[in-house]
Amino acid sequence: MRVGVVALQGDFPEHMYMLRRAAEELSMGVEVIPVKGPHHLRDLDALVLTGGESTTIGLLAKKAGLLEHLRDYLSSGVPALGTCAGAILMAKEVRDAVVGPTSQPILGVMDISVVRNAFGRQRDSFEADIDVEGIGRVRGIFIRAPAIAGVWGGAAPLAYAQHPRAGRVIVLAQQGPLIASAFHPELSSTDLHRHLLGLAKK
Amino acid sequence: MSVSTSFDVLERVRDLFYGLLDARDRLRSMGIEWPPRLDGVEIGTVKVKVGFQAMFRNGVIMDVTNVEQAQVAERAGAVGVMVLDKLPYDVRKAGGVARMADVKVIEDVMRHITIPVSAKVRIGHYYEAMILEQIGVDLIDESEVLTPVDEQHHINKWLFRTPFVNGARELCEALRRISEGASMIRSKGEAGTGNVSEAVKHFKAINQAIRDLQGHRDDEEYLRDYARRCQVPLELVALTAKMGRVPVITFAAGGIATPADAALMMWLGADGVFVGSGIFKSQDPESRAAAIVLATAHWDDPETVVEAQRMTSEKSAMLGVDIRTLKPEEMMQTRGV
Repeated sequence: MRVGVVALQGDFPEHMYMLRRAAEELSMGVEVIPVKGPHHLRDLDALVLTGGESTTIGLLAKKAGLLEHLRDYLSSGVPALGTCAGAILMAKEVRDAVVGPTSQPILGVMDISVVRNAFGRQRDSFEADIDVEGIGRVRGIFIRAPAIAGVWGGAAPLAYAQHPRAGRVIVLAQQGPLIASAFHPELSSTDLHRHLLGLAKK
Repeated sequence: MSVSTSFDVLERVRDLFYGLLDARDRLRSMGIEWPPRLDGVEIGTVKVKVGFQAMFRNGVIMDVTNVEQAQVAERAGAVGVMVLDKLPYDVRKAGGVARMADVKVIEDVMRHITIPVSAKVRIGHYYEAMILEQIGVDLIDESEVLTPVDEQHHINKWLFRTPFVNGARELCEALRRISEGASMIRSKGEAGTGNVSEAVKHFKAINQAIRDLQGHRDDEEYLRDYARRCQVPLELVALTAKMGRVPVITFAAGGIATPADAALMMWLGADGVFVGSGIFKSQDPESRAAAIVLATAHWDDPETVVEAQRMTSEKSAMLGVDIRTLKPEEMMQTRGV
């Protein structure tokens, strides 16, 4: 199995490490491929959009001619996991909690809206246990995290966080084989990466 | 190597640091709850402080002095900005005491851009750091570019929930800063010179020391001796030997002025770059900023680095300073070791 990790900017080594660990735990042969240009988007069984700065990743993807290709690829039914910045790129609607509407380049492949920096600034970044439908309890690492403010159409919420200021917020959503996560599973455990490999195997 | 492999050891180092200093008890007696808690969630943990910097990988953080420059940086694709009162080049020229930037300017920048905002504090200046945490700065740089206020000690950074970045010239210095609670390291280089030679020197020194430790990873006597010489916990040295890298995200800084400089530092093993005077002291800041972002992300693809270099002109680059013409008292890198 071949799994691509978009490796323009952000924590792609952390994702690659977790994917290899997940593959080992499942005794699957998985080749992890860094994706930096359209020529890397061939014969992939799954794709990861990493954390990082969504504005930077969007600009670099556009510049590399990757944005259109990624959009087509994700619309073709390939399982994908987008975490934090990755989730922002996958959403159809994006705005920032302080600055308001952003004009950043996005993919817009999921029926979700996200609010960037919804829980505050870095000093408000937090950890919490999250109960994920069909997976169980995972440790959620939220770093300047976005919130999934709304889901419609084909998208459905998979997990919520209870935050003292923001209240009950959707932090994980799925639409067919696409998963958007507001937190960083790549920094805590292999649960979501195993889930992704499971989707790819089907 | 994933930084997530360092979390357990860093949590133990943090606890050890507290055990030694009885700081936790002192804080409690002052009525400050530590670790900080928010109902139902944990904040200021090692995972969120060290994990944050992993999001900067292959990115560029740019020095800015006002909102307009911060917006140029964001549009160019910077992963963050560093707000200063004066660019390092001007600090060097102005002389006198260099301090933290205006709170109003920092707040203004935070209101206008979506990417993380950092700012510098003087080495050892606990209260400048408190102020920055209070207003919500995302990353604090305890920096030798400003005039140090404490010749003996750095800030105890474990006490903050805002992450810190510190400069280092070699591995011992980096590990000392990490044991004090720094969540990110950068080379010191020689700021404000437009000359990347010192940053190269510092990265090569760090790389050499890590190769040395890797060669002795199972030799506890050697690691113990190294830890003693560096005055850092043995666990941290063993972790470095095992990971084969500085255990936290490490950026290059000091004198980076062109896309080629940025790509060079990435090739030497940097996780990303800080650009200080190099952008806004040039004649072509907008295209230069975008070009450095491109070269940093695609440093391993020569064709793209060429494209980036083509976006800038050497005639517009900052003139720079030859390090050999600096007097010892003009060097910033020797402050706070």
